[in-house]
Amino acid sequence: MRVTAAEESQYGGLVLLCLASWAIPGAGHLWLGRRNKGLVFLVALPLMFAIGLALRGRLFPFDFSDPLVGLEALADFGMGAAYFLSKALGYGAGDVRAVTYEYGNAFLVVAGLLNLLVVIDAYDVALGRK
Amino acid sequence: MRSHILLLVLFAFFVSLIFAVIAKDDLREQVRLGAVMFAGFVASAVVLGWLMYPFPL
Repeated sequence: MRVTAAEESQYGGLVLLCLASWAIPGAGHLWLGRRNKGLVFLVALPLMFAIGLALRGRLFPFDFSDPLVGLEALADFGMGAAYFLSKALGYGAGDVRAVTYEYGNAFLVVAGLLNLLVVIDAYDVALGRK
Repeated sequence: MRSHILLLVLFAFFVSLIFAVIAKDDLREQVRLGAVMFAGFVASAVVLGWLMYPFPL
């Protein structure tokens, strides 16, 4: 079965939409005209991520010899551009002695996972399922 | 901020907000679902906290 140019273009658009939505929380919804939802994601998710960093949470390394560390790294990675920006600026080293360390990790991990959920929602909206 | 209960409330707020906005399209339904989820998160955390209270670390 051959893929038509229109289907290929639609597929490319969907990939781009998902990438944009992953890199910048809410960008996919803003692109699709869901302004209010997009703005909520754009503000709430980076704020949650920033609180996680402020609470001295850790951005985990991709070390799958310890499966939980590897999985937490994947969840952190779900935050998109903010993840790379934080790494580049030297944030997310984590301070295991801090009282708020575990809370910080919870905020970072859940912010990343929620952003992945937002990407899936944007994909569903683009396909007309919602 | 070091208060565990405040951090718990803040966490519950963000998670409820995102879930409610994803799940519902209408503002009134979003507020309703978000409020129910938020109350559920906080109440269950407090109840679980008290249930775990007798167990030593």
